[in-house]
Amino acid sequence: MTQLNSENPLAERRRRPWVNAVRSLLRMAPVPALFWLALSGHYDPLLLTLGAVSVVVVCWLIRRSGLAHHGLTLPFALRLPRYCLWLSGQVFITACVVVRKVWSPRMDLRPVVEPTPAADLSERSLVVYANSITLTPGTLSLAVHDDSIEVHSLKAADIDALDEGAMLSRVRRTEARR
Amino acid sequence: MTLIVLDVLSGILLVAGALFLLSGAVGLLRFPDFYTRIHAVGVTDAVGAGLILLGLLLRTTGWETGIRLVIILFFMALTSPTATHILAHAARRDGVRVWRKGDPRR
Repeated sequence: MTQLNSENPLAERRRRPWVNAVRSLLRMAPVPALFWLALSGHYDPLLLTLGAVSVVVVCWLIRRSGLAHHGLTLPFALRLPRYCLWLSGQVFITACVVVRKVWSPRMDLRPVVEPTPAADLSERSLVVYANSITLTPGTLSLAVHDDSIEVHSLKAADIDALDEGAMLSRVRRTEARR
Repeated sequence: MTLIVLDVLSGILLVAGALFLLSGAVGLLRFPDFYTRIHAVGVTDAVGAGLILLGLLLRTTGWETGIRLVIILFFMALTSPTATHILAHAARRDGVRVWRKGDPRR
């Protein structure tokens, strides 16, 4: 769960495949290992061995699927909780709006599909942004393009609110400069 | 004293969560088409489940249970929008039409 080497990774890997495999394993292992320890709560030798094996398998799968460079970096992980708190607040507010629509006798729905700009975002921020849009009830990301996200919304005002960019600028701030 | 306060607080959270879940289910039945129904379901897994997990978190005794609840919360927040997005994306690619005001219910 770290970033890719800056040198050409393929050439590197061909030269010393084992050394690199072990090194990337060591780099990725701590997170799943801690996760396993926190979840299992059993510490006898058999289960610890099985846990170690499962951690290795998970790391191998991550490496095989080419996701090794998509992990969290520490500064990003530290800024994430603040964003999550803000997002939970937003989710709660928008959920109340949707719930009111659900229970109102004459539902006044005017769904719209429109793109909202999302230019100059790193891949990770784009994922965070699109998922945040989906997570807030009332807006739903349909398709993610390089510089925009197609949003389905229960009313046009929701997309206007996205266009104003309060959420987008918070995503940007969470990413920030490394 | 603090125990009673925690008990009451978690009770409130649980009831609120249950109400949100119910609203999501009613919305699923009442809303007119696939996309709008997804919005209704979003209420259940974003807020309903979140509030219930928070309510349970206030009732836990051991740290192990607490950690597990937090992890469940984390995975809910991570997987539910992803799954929702994939569903909506697939529907869009398959040409499921968006319901507009005035169309019949589907």
